[in-house]
Amino acid sequence: MASIAGKKSGLTWAVQLSVAALVLLWLFPTVGLFVSSFRSADQISSSGWWAALFPSEQSEVYRTADPDDTRVPDGDGFVVTGNIFEDAPRDILSWGVSSRDIAAFRPGETADMKDGEQLTLQPDGSYEWRGSADQLKGRGQRIFVTATVPPEFSLSNYETILFSGSGQDNMAKAFFNTLTVTIPATIIPIVIAAFAAYALAWMEFPGRALLIAAVVALLVVPLQLALIPLLRLHLEIGIGKGYLGVWLAHTAFGMPLAVYLLRNYMVGLPRDIIENAKVDGATDFQIFTRIILPLSFPALASFAIFQFLWTWNDLLVAKVFLIDSTGSTTVMTNQIVELLGTRGGNWEILATAAFVSIAVPLLVFFSLQRFLVRGLLAGSVK
Amino acid sequence: MTSLSLKNVSKSYGAVEVLRDIDLEIEEGELIVFVGPSGCGKSTLLRMIAGLETITSGDLEIDGAVVNDYPPAQRGIAMVFQSYALYPHMTVYDNMAFALKLAGKPKDEIERAVRDAAATLQLDHLLDRLPKALSGGQRQRVAIGRAIVRDPKVFLFDEPLSNLDAALRVATRIEIAQLKESMPGSTMIYVTHDQVEAMTLASRIVVLHGGNVEQFGPPLELYERPANTFVAQFIGSPAMNLIDATVASAGQVTTVTMADGGHADAPIGSSESDIGSAIKLGVRPEDLSVTDSDDYLVKATVEIVEALGETTVVYFKSQNGRDPMIAKLPGIHKIERGSELRLIASPEKLHLFDESGRSFLYR
Amino acid sequence: MFTENPALLGFVTIVIGVGACLGYFYLSNLVLDTVIFPAKGSKAGRNINRANMVRPWLFLFPALFALTVYLAYPVFETLRLSLTDRSLDGAFVGMDNYRQMMNEAKFWEAVRNNMLWLIVVPAVSTAFGLLAAQLTDRIRWGNLAKSLIFMPMAISFVGASVIFKLIYDTRPADQNQIGVLNAVWLSFDGGLGSVLALQVLPSVLLLAFAGVVAYVAWLFVRDIVASGRDRSLWLMPLRLLVGVGGLWLIWVSLSGLGGLWFSEFPYGEPQTWLTVPMWNNFFLMIVLIWIQTGFAMVILSAALRGIPEETVEAAIVDGANPFQIFFKIKVPQIMGTIVVVWTTITLTVLKVFDIVFAMTNGQWETQVLANYMYDKLFRANDWGVGSASAIIIMLLVTPILIWNVYNARKEMR
Ligand SMILES: Nc1ncnc2c1ncn2[C@@H]1O[C@H](COP(=O)(O)OP(=O)(O)OP(=O)(O)O)[C@@H](O)[C@H]1O
Ligand SMILES: [Mg+2]
Repeated sequence: MASIAGKKSGLTWAVQLSVAALVLLWLFPTVGLFVSSFRSADQISSSGWWAALFPSEQSEVYRTADPDDTRVPDGDGFVVTGNIFEDAPRDILSWGVSSRDIAAFRPGETADMKDGEQLTLQPDGSYEWRGSADQLKGRGQRIFVTATVPPEFSLSNYETILFSGSGQDNMAKAFFNTLTVTIPATIIPIVIAAFAAYALAWMEFPGRALLIAAVVALLVVPLQLALIPLLRLHLEIGIGKGYLGVWLAHTAFGMPLAVYLLRNYMVGLPRDIIENAKVDGATDFQIFTRIILPLSFPALASFAIFQFLWTWNDLLVAKVFLIDSTGSTTVMTNQIVELLGTRGGNWEILATAAFVSIAVPLLVFFSLQRFLVRGLLAGSVK
Repeated sequence: MTSLSLKNVSKSYGAVEVLRDIDLEIEEGELIVFVGPSGCGKSTLLRMIAGLETITSGDLEIDGAVVNDYPPAQRGIAMVFQSYALYPHMTVYDNMAFALKLAGKPKDEIERAVRDAAATLQLDHLLDRLPKALSGGQRQRVAIGRAIVRDPKVFLFDEPLSNLDAALRVATRIEIAQLKESMPGSTMIYVTHDQVEAMTLASRIVVLHGGNVEQFGPPLELYERPANTFVAQFIGSPAMNLIDATVASAGQVTTVTMADGGHADAPIGSSESDIGSAIKLGVRPEDLSVTDSDDYLVKATVEIVEALGETTVVYFKSQNGRDPMIAKLPGIHKIERGSELRLIASPEKLHLFDESGRSFLYR
Repeated sequence: MFTENPALLGFVTIVIGVGACLGYFYLSNLVLDTVIFPAKGSKAGRNINRANMVRPWLFLFPALFALTVYLAYPVFETLRLSLTDRSLDGAFVGMDNYRQMMNEAKFWEAVRNNMLWLIVVPAVSTAFGLLAAQLTDRIRWGNLAKSLIFMPMAISFVGASVIFKLIYDTRPADQNQIGVLNAVWLSFDGGLGSVLALQVLPSVLLLAFAGVVAYVAWLFVRDIVASGRDRSLWLMPLRLLVGVGGLWLIWVSLSGLGGLWFSEFPYGEPQTWLTVPMWNNFFLMIVLIWIQTGFAMVILSAALRGIPEETVEAAIVDGANPFQIFFKIKVPQIMGTIVVVWTTITLTVLKVFDIVFAMTNGQWETQVLANYMYDKLFRANDWGVGSASAIIIMLLVTPILIWNVYNARKEMR
């Protein structure tokens, strides 16, 4: 296509720009959350996160050092010197000594206060405060500074969410609970579905076509229908609410897609190879474990990713089958929903908690995207 | 000693019968080739022998035991597939060792068997490779090696050379012939639709057509004494000419006449009842030669001349819708398009078939 | 002891679960081959065949068990529950639950919103997906772009809800807005720019939408009018449905157009977006669209690549411009895939629960069926009505189910 004669390059540019716009639009929400998770509560509520990416003009209040301790005699008066920026120097635009006029002076100028009291502020933040003994005592002089502040981020939110936070603010337990739900709920259905898929793909028996049709049908049954009957069943047979119940539920709910995906893949494996294995003396069990499973790796991986994302991100199944009234088995999605209710305004907590919960899926997504795409293409019913 | 025998074997898929009452007795050490047009049931028959298809009716015996219900692995056979069917995730060594491992053979025995087979097939240096790093010919050899390693009673090949290019096909064909020679005790069954392969490799050929065995015999017998018009035309290239004729006189030598005035005396027996019946006179293109005399077999108008140097192939105008007659003359001839030629063949090269297509020799 | 430590419990479960599965398959095969039908002695052949008749069911059993108990049985059990009343000890009450549900305004609100979701989300996601697929296929960094647009797929509905709540956040008028939407909103002051961006542009979009709807509806209805050509009678209801739905959509967009021009915009006041009735539904839908577009894009891009290059080249030679190539050559060829994408997103929409639950919990007229059902089941503890609403969801899914099964069976032949 690209080599076709007479193609306009203007159009290519339009395409580039529209894609760029689309990508930015799609990325913007996530980036907002990501940036917010590194800002303190004050920063979040005082400006939009987009402002945090650039140096911003901010008014801040500083105090000189305590005159009683640090003043030194100088001529007939005293002087206090120091630097208002202890560790983070910034660009001073203007400054003042009274809240009524915070931008009265430019850096380097000297403010004349009452009765010969003087304060000089240099661009680098160093000051010189002169005056009589009466004037230089008590608390330090306030200095109002308008300065450009470089972007400032910290990991303290993560520290709170993962380690030091208490109660709802601490996601560590929910994180492990989620893992506990997810990993068995990903691995077990694969094993079960793979066997069934092999039978449906490569074994002859009456009713096979009917079973495949049934799997396709169950593929779209909303799991909402399963909630009450299964919860009742679980309570009746003594599984109750807990990990076992949620594992079973996830295993079963993932089963139609798993069987469908794996069968479609296995059917595509060359018949000759399987027949050759039969001639070589392999039993069905051996054909399955030695030939089919290794060759089906891409499909297994696709499904594993699906199931992982789905169980990790799930809220409903966990709420119904796992989380009891004690809440000790809460998962991250549930804890975030609760945070939304109780700490709806605390964006530093919310954003960080949400980002912790989506970090793992994103990691999986970016590292294993290839398999995910392949699975999607095979899994959408044609 | 009989190695493998089929007794009244039939195969149906639902209502469709694809093989009918097949009877074959195959001796130990033979190399049998199944040939026939596409869809005639060659692969199905082979797969039934292998145990990959069930036998609808009839008995299959290997070494005297009925094995109809045995799974493939217990029949003492090995099979080489057209697509090679190498396990893509195993190295050449593992591919060859797979069956022995499954059979629970001790490690050193496996190692020895694999190395021996690899040496025979010059695969030694490839043992650690994966199939995807092999050329087509090498893959083919691995597939054969995998069969050899198992030391089977019967080797089954389903069109093993059809995925190779022409040159490699010839080379591999010769290799298979040598392989057979080095294993005089083993029986091989080989499916192909390439008659050169069939003629060069086979000790006996089975010609299949529409689910029936048309003829079963050594290659030259099929060529010289075809049992019916199908075999006559299937074996040999270009195909045998079939000319409409009428029996003029019967006896030890049968005299036939053609509509265009030609006639022939074939040293083939016939009975009085045949006199006057319409038959087919068969003569191979390479057996025809040009003559000036009035004592000709047929005369026909030249349509196309293909001068190949070594031979000259002449295509004649077809008469009343039949297949055009072909003559294959040795050497270079100057023949005009549109000229009429008189053709003749020596009597012992003639074949006679009755209306149903059966050869007079097999009545 | 295990129960104390969920991680250990999980690990043990994996080992036991996977081990039990493999053990089950291995041992059941072993028992079948050596004990029940031993491949030895005189009956060896027959036994092998018998074992091979049983074996598929051994392989299938765990999966079938899970599917029946966890998916098939609940469908019928839910149907039964929807006809009983829990407070009456599960007595059979006929259609009472459905009647009660039909009398609830919240239910009809959920139905109306669900319809809106069903139309808007699949349409917009597919359209954006198609656009993104077409555009990214033509540029060098297309794969990176695709990957970024696809990324929300990995984010949970709950996570996405938090992300968008931040976007919709509202602060009092005298503070800095930290939600992007309000920040953008406050930059409009009612001047020319605002008119262009908030009235003219949406009007154009609405008109274009109405036009497309009218065209599609006409395509469907046309065959009824031009009678004789239409052989498949059973498509009649579908065509009528599309026609009526189309008219409704056109009406909605035209009345929206009126609203755009005749109502006053509260310029300068920060809005609490999620509480504005009607509009808040769209703000919730955006979340799902954001997630699903990547899915649509990936599938459609594969379909676009599958189009034979020659057809496109033939069209270029015939003098088609890029738009004609796209709409007249490419889109018709991937129509099947578009339908697949559309139905898949439709299924997701029907089950959408987390987004509404996390963002509004159905308040401010944003209820949808799945959340309504959850409300009934676990807050009102009314299993009858809850099951009845689940059955409604099932009914909505059924046409897709039948269509899929029909296609799958056709493909297998
Ligand atoms: N599973 C099946 N169901 C129904 N008919 C079948 C089946 N397998 C094969 N057949 C039919 O049986 C006949 C023989 O097939 P077979 O594969 O044996 O042909 P073949 O001689 O090997 O042909 P080719 O030279 O093309 O490989 C064909 O007509 C085929 O259509
Ligand atoms: Mg064949």
